[in-house]
Amino acid sequence: MEGSLLILVVPILQAAVRSGTPILFVCIGEIYAERSGILNVGLEGLMLVGAIAGFTAGFSAGNPVVGVFAAAIAGALFSLIHAYVTITLRADQIVSGLTLTILGTGISGFFGKPMIGQVGPGFDQIAIPGLSKIPVLGQVLFQQDAMVYLSFVLVPIAWWVMYKTHLGLSIRSVGENPATADSLGVSVTKVRYGCVLFGGAMAGLGGAYLSLAYTTMWIEQMSGGRGWITLALVIFAAWNPARAMLGAYLFGGADALQLRIQAVGIEIPTYFLMMLPYVLTIGILVLASRASLRRRIGAPAALALPYAREER
Amino acid sequence: MAMRLELRLERSRKLEVLVPVVSVLLSLVVCAVLLLSTGTNPLTAYGAMLKEAFGTSYGFGEVLVKATPLILCGLGVMLAFKMMFWNIGAEGQLHMGAWGATAVVMTGWDASAWLMIPAMMLGGFAAGALWALIPAYLKVKLNTNEIITTLLLNYVAILWVAHFIYGPWKDPTSFGFPMTKQFPDGAQLLRFGDSRVHLGLVFALLIAVALYFIQEKSRWGFEIAVTGSNPRAAEYAGMNAGRNILLVMLLSGGLAGIAGMVEVSGIQLKLLKDISPHAAPYGYTAIIIAWLARRNPWGVVLVSILMGGLYVGGETVQITMKLPVNIVLIIQALILFFVLGGDILSRYRLVFDRKEALSGG
Amino acid sequence: MVGGNKIAVALSGITKRFPGVIANDQVDLELLEGEIHTLLGENGAGKSTLMNVLTGIYRPDAGTISIWGKAVQLENPKDAIEQGIGMVHQSFKLVPTHTVTENIVLGLGRGLAPVKIEEAQTKVAELSAQYGVKVDPAAYVWQLSIGEQQRVEILKILFRGAKILLLDEPTAVLTPQEADELFVTLRSMRAKGHSIVFISHKLDEVMAISDRVTVLRGGKNVGTVLVKDTNPQSLSNLMVGREIKFATFPRKEALGDPVLEVEGVHALNSRGLPALRDITFSVAAGEILGFAGVAGNGQQELAEVITGLLEPTAGSVRVNGVDMTRESARRFIDAGVSYVPADRHGVATVADMSLSHNFVLRRYREPKFAKGPFLNFAAAVGYARRLIKEFNISTPSHATPIRSLSGGNLQKVILAREMTTRHRLLVVMSATRGLDVGATEFVRETLNEHRHKGRAIVLISEDLEELLSLTNRIAVLFHGEIMGILDADKAEIASLGLMMAGQAQAEVA
Repeated sequence: MEGSLLILVVPILQAAVRSGTPILFVCIGEIYAERSGILNVGLEGLMLVGAIAGFTAGFSAGNPVVGVFAAAIAGALFSLIHAYVTITLRADQIVSGLTLTILGTGISGFFGKPMIGQVGPGFDQIAIPGLSKIPVLGQVLFQQDAMVYLSFVLVPIAWWVMYKTHLGLSIRSVGENPATADSLGVSVTKVRYGCVLFGGAMAGLGGAYLSLAYTTMWIEQMSGGRGWITLALVIFAAWNPARAMLGAYLFGGADALQLRIQAVGIEIPTYFLMMLPYVLTIGILVLASRASLRRRIGAPAALALPYAREER
Repeated sequence: MAMRLELRLERSRKLEVLVPVVSVLLSLVVCAVLLLSTGTNPLTAYGAMLKEAFGTSYGFGEVLVKATPLILCGLGVMLAFKMMFWNIGAEGQLHMGAWGATAVVMTGWDASAWLMIPAMMLGGFAAGALWALIPAYLKVKLNTNEIITTLLLNYVAILWVAHFIYGPWKDPTSFGFPMTKQFPDGAQLLRFGDSRVHLGLVFALLIAVALYFIQEKSRWGFEIAVTGSNPRAAEYAGMNAGRNILLVMLLSGGLAGIAGMVEVSGIQLKLLKDISPHAAPYGYTAIIIAWLARRNPWGVVLVSILMGGLYVGGETVQITMKLPVNIVLIIQALILFFVLGGDILSRYRLVFDRKEALSGG
Repeated sequence: MVGGNKIAVALSGITKRFPGVIANDQVDLELLEGEIHTLLGENGAGKSTLMNVLTGIYRPDAGTISIWGKAVQLENPKDAIEQGIGMVHQSFKLVPTHTVTENIVLGLGRGLAPVKIEEAQTKVAELSAQYGVKVDPAAYVWQLSIGEQQRVEILKILFRGAKILLLDEPTAVLTPQEADELFVTLRSMRAKGHSIVFISHKLDEVMAISDRVTVLRGGKNVGTVLVKDTNPQSLSNLMVGREIKFATFPRKEALGDPVLEVEGVHALNSRGLPALRDITFSVAAGEILGFAGVAGNGQQELAEVITGLLEPTAGSVRVNGVDMTRESARRFIDAGVSYVPADRHGVATVADMSLSHNFVLRRYREPKFAKGPFLNFAAAVGYARRLIKEFNISTPSHATPIRSLSGGNLQKVILAREMTTRHRLLVVMSATRGLDVGATEFVRETLNEHRHKGRAIVLISEDLEELLSLTNRIAVLFHGEIMGILDADKAEIASLGLMMAGQAQAEVA
């Protein structure tokens, strides 16, 4: 009895990790950007740019690793627009981010046209010797592709940098109180540019996961709202990279579950099942906002506020 | 030498006019580079777009057809943005409005257009408004981030419509295409002459006039402007922010809902997939329109017509020159980016610090 | 103490312009080793700007800076830190969500270098002991009192080994007793060879703590003198440019009925922590009741509770005998409660809107300014024109956005609006903070005039002299409680000071 339940559940959990991984990348990047005080709601556009850049490069080189690098670079370069407009020109971060999404959707569609219908190189699953033999966990966590393992490494590093290093202290201070950081010689502009560009690179990786690992093709608007879901998960994660992992896999679980139920053919209308990840995300967001009302904790204090030293 | 921004005491009037014009030109230049990279002569493409959209009466009629839902959604988004409520859910509200209007038809009610059309408008308005009230309520009660909720609800609304056109409402004679039966004559909006321009345009313009008075002249409009500009001052002035958020979103979502209604009743004549163009959805373009129009109702009408031209031109070059229709989105976004940057220049002055000044005094 | 010492800082010809104003006009200043040098001047005289130039936050438009005899360019705060200059700003530069030690080590390391938090904590504890600056290095800043936060700022500077300290009005946020403790610390720092610039406009403090005084007026240095060669009166003349004396305004003898009655009120602040405890008082027509206290002891919440902006968790608020405890801010406005908030830009006005719009901000629903559902804009413009003239507000026109007004003119706009309604109760918070002498006198006279017209006034202020000269009675707030209510005639600064530090009236008397 238990055994048959495991046979049912383990593949779903394994799929949950796969499905959560692109979001995890994006989430870590956005946590860094927001911790530095810059809200980037252009994640959806950045993921699409990452997905097409990664796919095109990977396809041309015949090697998905090339694609991953290309995606990170493209994401960072594309987010430079947002950084320049919001940090240097101090324009509204929300409007800039929305425009970035629209531009990213347009550009990825434009350059993606010739790639439609092509099948690119992808990452294969690699079972890690030893670890993959652990019951349940082994199959869920250690029979995955290289990018999943990359995310396993990135999360603790991102956490350590954020909470244990001078760089992390500077980032958190710039997002909470830029004038203070500035008065102590921390360059608000440099820290913010760095975080936005890192966020862009990570969103690029998240996009690349979709076109090089989750599938091995390019589909227009293939991010399907994952950029927006990530924004909710950042709040759920309380801006902590470690908690982001939990949120990403929770979403991944919903996604995996709805696909699985569809496949099994249980009598729930397909389109209602497809709503599940979005509705679940709204639910998570509602819970997170209730919690932050109760505990009076919330976003970095200077989030979405431009900083100018000489303004009086 | 370092560059920095210095606040201007008075905004520059000249720049406020100049910025949008230059932004359009710059975005066309950037897009030209993209077009050149695919081996297309940008001048030929732009020429064809301009000629099709504004050079023929049929083309201009099509521009107005596109402008109609854009004006309605744009006005709704404008009102929400005026009080800095980030409603980016016009796309979903439009879908729900189309669904609500169709639901009236699907009851099988047989009435004359004089009853049917108002009932469908009511259905569209109500469905769009209710959809918009979900994020508004969550914002007021729990301070839930409305950017994320309004946006995610777009996906849910589109799936909701898909459920009905693939399922219960699917026309059995449609050869498997996901769509409802064609609406009866009484449920179709009057069209002008032999163009596809329909009564919805008149509704949109009347609503623009009404919104001008509401937003710019009424005491409630003053409340919205104060709340958007300084919420703490609004509270100090005894304004009820929560009530106003609910009311604004009721109207904002309702207007997008009417946009959905006029699309199904005036253009598509049935509910189907992609009632809003997939490549550049009306609900997202409305965000750009509201911002470019500087949250002014007349501006929304004007910018919507220009954007309508971009849609028609974009479709033309897609067909005749095989260009990806995505250039519509790219041009839209670039214009907004240039305007965002340009706006900063009309509020601030660029100052260059010269080192020698330090030793001069 | 002064003679023969090395020159720590020499500023010469410093000029700094902002759009529309010259904040510093060719200022010269010398700071010696082991000296406490006061920078004296009114608000807006350019003291803070000059110090921001010296800490690299502003770059001067002209002039030179030399530190220990060497000309330097301070391009950013980092350069100033490297030159051994540290500043305690008026609004503290602390991250509330970080611990004391995290705040202190911020900016001291680069990149991926780990933060050695235990090591730093030990060093902070050593410094605290050495200079007598008590604070828990592991506490979060948001848990600390204002006085303790100031100590963190000082430790931050000592930790960096700075020899030159700048303190921008450090006593403004302290009780008189806390200020005395600060002076002990400053003297021990002077004894260890530190050079200190002390910014103030309180003459008694200046005389007590400094070796030399430099007076700024209108952005210019109008004189540097040794404290032992001067007296408060001549300093005051230098500072203001003419003689001033603060008159005690005549009280009104016969008071009317109580207008505001507050009983047993408790309230929470925006973080959900208790901010007001068991507050009971009443104000009668023709009376000014003052509220003294160090900033952050519940003043803001008190003002909000009696204007309907914050609902109390217990107790009652009655206006003109009517229970208003659960009513909205709108109902308070309708009941004739006017309110001049402390935050003029953030709360009292809408920066992007015109004067006309701002004049009707709290009155737009009155029949006078309404045409059916519409705003009678013509009436608003007429009203604006009248008030601009009556209150002598200097502005290009009624259509000018409010953001371009100076501080004094902005406060006139708010006062004009709040005082021309048919109000019964006027709640005024920090009415003269940041205003020049002329504007301050105007505000005080206007308040006095309204008292004599029979209005009830609640005046919340950190300026004890203002309260003593203007009010009938003074209540003292500490940690959200009223320590006692004194008759202004009989109150003394010393006993008010003790109450501000938390001693109840009975213990003081």
